Amino acid sequence: MDLALSDEQSMLRDSAERWVRDWGAGGSNDQDTLWAKFAELGWLALPLAEDQGGLGGSILDTTLLLEAFGRGRLSTPYVETVIIGAGLIQSLGSEKQRDVILPAVANGEQKLTFAHFERGLRGGASSIDTAAVTDDGSLWLNGTKIAVIGADAASTLIVSARVSDDLGLFLVPRDAPGVSIASYSMTGGGDASTVTLKNVRLQSTDRLGSGNPSMAIDAVMDAAITVHCAEAVGMMSALLDATSKYAQTREQFGKPLAANQSVRFKLADMAVALEEARSLALRAALMLGASTSERIRAVAGAKAGIGRGARRVAELAIQLHGAMGVTEELTIGAYYKRVVAFDTLYGGIDHQLVRYARASGRLAQQVAA
Amino acid sequence: MTLDFTPDELAFAAEVRVFITEWLTTEARNGHALNPSVAAEPALGQPWVQALATRGWTAPGWPVEAGGPGWTPTQRWIFENECARAGAPYLWAMGERVVAPVIIRFGTDAQKAFYLPRILSGQDHWCQGYSEPGAGSDLASLKTSAMRDGDNYLVNGSKIWTTHAHHANRMFTLVRTDASGSKQEGISVLLIDMDTPGITIRPILTIGGDHEVNQVFLDDVRVPVANRIGEEGHGWTYAKYLLEFERGGSIASPRLRVALEQVATLAISAFVPETPEQIAFALRLSEVEIDIDALEMTELRILSSLQSGENPGARSSFMKLRAAEIRQAVTQLGVDVLGSEALVWEHERPLYDHNSTVLDDTKRALLPAHLNARATTIYGGSSEMQREIIARSLSLA
Repeated sequence: MDLALSDEQSMLRDSAERWVRDWGAGGSNDQDTLWAKFAELGWLALPLAEDQGGLGGSILDTTLLLEAFGRGRLSTPYVETVIIGAGLIQSLGSEKQRDVILPAVANGEQKLTFAHFERGLRGGASSIDTAAVTDDGSLWLNGTKIAVIGADAASTLIVSARVSDDLGLFLVPRDAPGVSIASYSMTGGGDASTVTLKNVRLQSTDRLGSGNPSMAIDAVMDAAITVHCAEAVGMMSALLDATSKYAQTREQFGKPLAANQSVRFKLADMAVALEEARSLALRAALMLGASTSERIRAVAGAKAGIGRGARRVAELAIQLHGAMGVTEELTIGAYYKRVVAFDTLYGGIDHQLVRYARASGRLAQQVAA
Repeated sequence: MTLDFTPDELAFAAEVRVFITEWLTTEARNGHALNPSVAAEPALGQPWVQALATRGWTAPGWPVEAGGPGWTPTQRWIFENECARAGAPYLWAMGERVVAPVIIRFGTDAQKAFYLPRILSGQDHWCQGYSEPGAGSDLASLKTSAMRDGDNYLVNGSKIWTTHAHHANRMFTLVRTDASGSKQEGISVLLIDMDTPGITIRPILTIGGDHEVNQVFLDDVRVPVANRIGEEGHGWTYAKYLLEFERGGSIASPRLRVALEQVATLAISAFVPETPEQIAFALRLSEVEIDIDALEMTELRILSSLQSGENPGARSSFMKLRAAEIRQAVTQLGVDVLGSEALVWEHERPLYDHNSTVLDDTKRALLPAHLNARATTIYGGSSEMQREIIARSLSLA
């Protein structure tokens, strides 16, 4: 057992924190500049295989970046492109698909996203109505996908669809005829879209992998949840820092807020929640390669535990900032919204608790739909 | 970075398991399963201490030169985990984990030579004379006085909540040798032989039905000056050092996990599968289980930082706080799984010496354990004290 960061990992963490702080101080919010910077820093190539232009890093390495992104409230399609999109292509793609797309992800030319969820699904994916039907030597894709994060900026969408009785994934160019994208701003930053696919024509070579991709999807989504957990840890640490500083400087009744034990205990509870979140996020990252049930336990446990802890920390941060905490003049509320978004994303606390209980054998397995 | 054990660590775990199979008796296992207390009383724990002594494994945390096995922090975790999984008695480790570190750090050569081997062999059973009727969380307010009288101190006063005082032959005692300065000044540490004339022990029964704690009265108790640790008046420094060990040196998650798994096993026959009650219980159990996952990972992170020479700092308060809260949550689940069987109250103690006509052995300790667990957020520095320490670590004024 070894839980110390390697020298390379420490350097990566430090440089990410420094870079995000400087970027935040610079005030620019131009996504293209940001993405070009990410490519230059090697962050887009970080977890990709070396023979596809990657740096051969681990998901754990990317959690170091995401924690810094969380602290700085950076909104980027990093997870959608590098963790989910490239992750699916890396595990399911043909040699040609990998050779074409992954280097383009690594150098920043291509952004990806996963168009998977549909109305009526709460975090699960047991029933997909979008269908790919073969007719006239072509595949025709029809359906509607919701909450597709970063779809507007993506060059390629990875779309899940029914193929006969099976599930398949398809690479769909964003500008293909029949693809329409209705975007909206996301709570806490970034944008997402409802993607409508109407008679989108595909070739058989646009399919990603051949068999049922469910196992690969689950593994990749667990990696995505894991890096978002690290991002939440970053948000929690920023909230604790800001709140403990405020409690020391803000005076009421002739003394700093932090002189009151009711305030001190709330700050202590925030620190405890942060420490637990750190442990759960690290545990999830280290268990991604374990058996499926161990992986699910670690990831679902982290998402549920950090969801609960992050909400608590964000609630207390607002409470201790008093009325200022609910204004747009401080960033506390912006973090709060991101925490709400984190908790909601890919299944909230209840959903994750059910996953955890099932993977632990405490609840009966899901009956197939 | 990896959670996987190295081949050496796996071999060590196997070695511990072989040892346990060879030495852990059925009686000790059954006794532990029916022990709802903080720790095993000597009748239950002593045979296991002696078994560990044959291998030099009584004091996992000591340095080799003092008689420790020279284990890495990871090995210590593996050892605790294997003992927990096997259901070995949870030992009252006051001598090994609390008294010895102070003797090793601040004691004279003569004190080390006398006391340490007696702790290793299990010959001495220690209790801790800290709290007083007027000094609980505010420990430095203690008033038990020690007046110099030639080569002796004359000790007068009273200690309370003294766990195992009725089993112990020695007490590690904080006394006031000087009342003129601030309350932290003038405190000294004395090692008191419990056979000394003038010591009276009054049992205090706690709500779980067990006799674990006592009030100890000291009336003109003569203690040789040679039994003082370190310098006169510096006891507060030693006591604080000791409290850090008490809070940071323990590994709680393996025992908590085993306790939760026992509750989960009982839940299988207690609920009808897939009823709302069963689902609600499974989800509540999972929430607590996730708390244990987090605590375990924090313990491993701290052990890893100890391995590279760092100080756990306020994280030892985090562990004390959360381990206590989780213990309470697990034992609450235990009572909930009992349902109406929680109405059965057994008076006889110890439970392992008496048969029940009503309850199955797997269930008898659950309610007393729950009641005893209410003390976990109070002893060893209450949760309020731990939160205060954590708040201070945020560099709050």
